[in-house]
Amino acid sequence: MNEWKNVWILAEVSQGKISPTAYELLTAGKSLAEDLGEKLCAVLLGKEVKKLAQDLFDHGAEVVYVCDAPELENYIDDIYAKTLNGMIQAYKPNKFLLPATNLGRSLSAKTAIFAATGLTADATEVVINKEDGQLHATRPTFGGNLMATITCARTRPEMCSLRPMSYPRAPKTEGKNGEVVEFAFDGQKYTSLAKFLKFIKSEGEGLDLSETDVIVAGGRGVGKAEGFELLGKLAARLGGAVAASRAPVDNGWIEYRRQIGLTGRTVKPKLYIACGISGQIQHMAGCSGADVLVAINKDPDAPIMKMAHYAVEGDLYEVIPAMLEALDK
Amino acid sequence: MHILACVKQTPKSDNVKIDPVTGCLIRSGAESAMNPFDEYALEEAVVLKEQMGGSVSVITMGPPAAENVLRESIARGADKVYQLSDVAFAGSDTWSTSYALAKGAGKIDELEKIDVIICGKQTNDSDTGHIGPQISAWLNWPNAAFVKKVLAVSENSLTVERLTEAGTDVIELPFPCVISVVKEISNPRVRSIKGRMAAKRAEVVKWTAEDIAADKNKLGIKNCPTRVVKSFSPTRSTNAVVVEGANAREKAAKLVEMLKENKYI
Repeated sequence: MNEWKNVWILAEVSQGKISPTAYELLTAGKSLAEDLGEKLCAVLLGKEVKKLAQDLFDHGAEVVYVCDAPELENYIDDIYAKTLNGMIQAYKPNKFLLPATNLGRSLSAKTAIFAATGLTADATEVVINKEDGQLHATRPTFGGNLMATITCARTRPEMCSLRPMSYPRAPKTEGKNGEVVEFAFDGQKYTSLAKFLKFIKSEGEGLDLSETDVIVAGGRGVGKAEGFELLGKLAARLGGAVAASRAPVDNGWIEYRRQIGLTGRTVKPKLYIACGISGQIQHMAGCSGADVLVAINKDPDAPIMKMAHYAVEGDLYEVIPAMLEALDK
Repeated sequence: MHILACVKQTPKSDNVKIDPVTGCLIRSGAESAMNPFDEYALEEAVVLKEQMGGSVSVITMGPPAAENVLRESIARGADKVYQLSDVAFAGSDTWSTSYALAKGAGKIDELEKIDVIICGKQTNDSDTGHIGPQISAWLNWPNAAFVKKVLAVSENSLTVERLTEAGTDVIELPFPCVISVVKEISNPRVRSIKGRMAAKRAEVVKWTAEDIAADKNKLGIKNCPTRVVKSFSPTRSTNAVVVEGANAREKAAKLVEMLKENKYI
């Protein structure tokens, strides 16, 4: 097992750019690498991605493994997982962190089978156990009702997907040096019968949830699809985006990609305003990382009224218009 | 067309209670049901059958009581149901579970060739989302996860929309293939009376690890690669500032003032 060395992170590339999850993984990976006395390495897969390596050095990577090939332009599970396994077998990393994004979750799962090793899903904290040097990955389970710490003792690399926004982004220092290791794409081996036909950019209104500092989210208490227009006004006034808990999505009031929570997305805005959301743990799992959480709810006993930083007891249909008025003053 | 849906019996999510002292899950008295995400998978399987003709098989791995979700599947339109049940499977992580399901699917495939395997996006108890991609890895079939729509289906392929953070990918998957689906894919139907009758009468095919020729060294809590070493209740903060005011207008003004004061807006 001693031949397995170094901490790897997958730097996901989306539309030709490094996804911010890569910088979060570099933060998480750095402390693991320091505890182990091993190197922090990033993996880049894609077409014309070699030029992105410098940015990863600037954010703390010491080595960047690149597989640059036209076949990797778009994400196909088989091609990516086979390539990644090829890199794992060639360079033998000790720990391997991937983002728990849609791509990362799917890719990590398939790769773990090809690499015959264990994988922990959607962890929110990773540490090295001082006694045995193993990765201890902690994750919410049973809808966020229970936290579980998971290990992978006998196989390497110990793989883990890390929930976005669980760690801060690594700071950037320009002009840092690092080593680029190029891995040749094997077109005979890294194949798939699946075909990528096209990408359709999201036409959803408003800002992307992961990019915005302010989120105004609605729950069951919004009561109707039109209610989200009011939330949208407040979001627009604050320069933010609209989101929802599960009930409005289930009721068809708002699209699924706007769902926050365990079965939706995790966000970490500066300000999260929860309107008519009761605060079930499944929802809180997606928004508890907000710097400031405001709850607006008719029910003073709703769980969220205790979990929020600011609790406003009241009807969102009265409070939000009054907030808009106060903001305009 | 032969579609295999994978389902799991899980605790009803709103019924999960945690022992505050031990931090363990209180399973006794917890009601079980089909994992909600699997309802969308099963429904899409039935929709494809109705569109293309053929049959829907359903597989589950779990203790004897998990037979209930298979009968439920019959009531919702499945034709044949298979249960993997063996103490050898107990405590399996996703690596081992997907191995067993892939072996089970392989045996079903020998009986009647499978075109598509459909899984839910994830379960509501362990929330990993691993099983779909992992079954496809064991079988070496192409796959796509987070599928939100089947755009087209032909005699030998599916064209699907896959949800990504930035938009939608359109992927073509030749048969046999594996998809894991999000809830946008379908609207699960209500069980019909005829379906309920069929569910009672249905034969549940039960297989052990040996029946599916699974390597026992790859199964169960002793052999699977990962292990839960600790579990505990999450901590929650309880120090909310209650925004006071005589009415909504006063409270809203006060809230805006406090948010501005602290430079949150």
